[in-house]
Amino acid sequence: MNNKVKMTLMYIFLGICTVISVFPLLWMIIAATNKSVDVIAGKLTFGSYLMENYRNLISQQPLWGNFLNSCKYTILVTVFSLIVSSLAGYAFEIYRDKAKEKMYAIVLMSMMIPFVALMVPLFRMYSRLGLLNTAVGFMLPSLATPLLIMMFRTNAKAFPVDIIEAARIDGLSEFGIFFRMYIPSMKSIFAAAGVVTFMNAWNNYLWAKVIMSDNTTQTMPMLISNLTSGYVTDYGMVMLSVLITTIPTAIVFFLLQKNFVEGITGSVK
Amino acid sequence: MRQKQNATGWLFLVPAIILICGFSIYPMISALITSFKTGTGTNMTFTGLTNYIRCFKDDVFIQSLKNCFFYLIIQVPVMLILALALASILNNPKIKARGFFRTAIFLPCATSLVAYAIIFRSLFATDGFINTIAVKLGILDSAYNFLANPLSAKIVIIIALVWRWTGYNMVFYLAGLQNIEYSVYEAAKIDGASAIQTFFKITVPLLKPTILMTAIMSTNGTLQLFDESMNLTHGGPGNASITMSHYIYNMSFKGVPNFGYTSAMSFIILIMVAILALVQMKVGDDRE
Repeated sequence: MNNKVKMTLMYIFLGICTVISVFPLLWMIIAATNKSVDVIAGKLTFGSYLMENYRNLISQQPLWGNFLNSCKYTILVTVFSLIVSSLAGYAFEIYRDKAKEKMYAIVLMSMMIPFVALMVPLFRMYSRLGLLNTAVGFMLPSLATPLLIMMFRTNAKAFPVDIIEAARIDGLSEFGIFFRMYIPSMKSIFAAAGVVTFMNAWNNYLWAKVIMSDNTTQTMPMLISNLTSGYVTDYGMVMLSVLITTIPTAIVFFLLQKNFVEGITGSVK
Repeated sequence: MRQKQNATGWLFLVPAIILICGFSIYPMISALITSFKTGTGTNMTFTGLTNYIRCFKDDVFIQSLKNCFFYLIIQVPVMLILALALASILNNPKIKARGFFRTAIFLPCATSLVAYAIIFRSLFATDGFINTIAVKLGILDSAYNFLANPLSAKIVIIIALVWRWTGYNMVFYLAGLQNIEYSVYEAAKIDGASAIQTFFKITVPLLKPTILMTAIMSTNGTLQLFDESMNLTHGGPGNASITMSHYIYNMSFKGVPNFGYTSAMSFIILIMVAILALVQMKVGDDRE
């Protein structure tokens, strides 16, 4: 009996946490389909105002342009940072020597620099080089991620040296070994690292806000932030933009949850 | 042969090294130098520690520092205890639909920081959902402006942070718990240990490295909070809920910037994060 009570209490606790976790997101989806006044009135059923909210949104903001910017920046950052970081992590492990260990210490040290300390000098450097409001400028600081380099290095330890030696004897070049043997055998690490990088790049707000002053180059987080800066908030429209911003990360979350978990927990082991 | 491999090794490292030096190390050194200068634009002169002294006389900076610590000492323990409790319940094989509960509680991590800040701003607005429901149910007589009171504005930020990050930390604990054989718990049960005893005598000690790591990560994140302050409360009312990064942003990119002063403020955060990293390394050493 006592045990039954305990189990029931656990389920109640889990149930409450589940409701609290899911409710704000559900509310966002419902609000996106309702008129602002209905949202304020506390309506909790789906409405028929979705298209109207959508028309208001596209008439006020360059929605799809910004959405494409976010997609473009995020995909490019993910692809390039996986290449740069995996090459580096692999090289630190496979070709290790004293000089490279020193370099690795610098990489690890750079991990603890808070972004806010880099923002001002980078902004000044960018205005000199004409990199403000450019996609390349947005991407460059996030391409070499110390955390990813660390993760790839740790996992390269499991890559057997015998295979490398055998491949060398067979005449495969060092690049060949990396691209044809290392990458295919480390698919799950690439997936894990890729998902985490994707999420971070999509969410990157502060840096975008610093360098993107033009609303044709801005990203989705900036767009939704701009919508709430006025005195009157059109809740239906704002929640629709929040919903659109959340869809790509939600898709990645549901399809690749296992890789996402591996990515966030794997980088710190 | 050996030499050729060594050269290839460096070649592999070139992109990462250039990027890290160009976009982390160089700007950091540049910020350090700027933090000792005062002036605007290119017209800057060395003034020693003036900027650092100014930081500690700046009421808003002190306020932002206090706010970050307020968030830290309340939010981090609440979130970590909640995450630990959830993880130990979800580790119990007798609980049904564990996958469903885990996914649901982890779900807030699928939202971007700006998106959830705006959802919470809307929920807690004077005409927002929380007020509407509270008034309907008779909990509140009239709508309360949560974001206009210094304390409640900070509490809303804390609630939002707990919502967004509890599932994230829970995932770390679940991963850590997988390394503990469930038979250990069965044995403790046979020996007559209560649930509370097992939690404090088995779960907490075995998860200690993970708990310390998540505590350090959360502390680091809290010291650098920006999106929530910027979008949820707009730092307000007044500057009552502003974070350090938000204040530095305002001082750097609104009005006439004094990059010397903002660099000094950002270096104070850097020093705090560096101390934290040293603690982390010390903890990491103990683990081995």
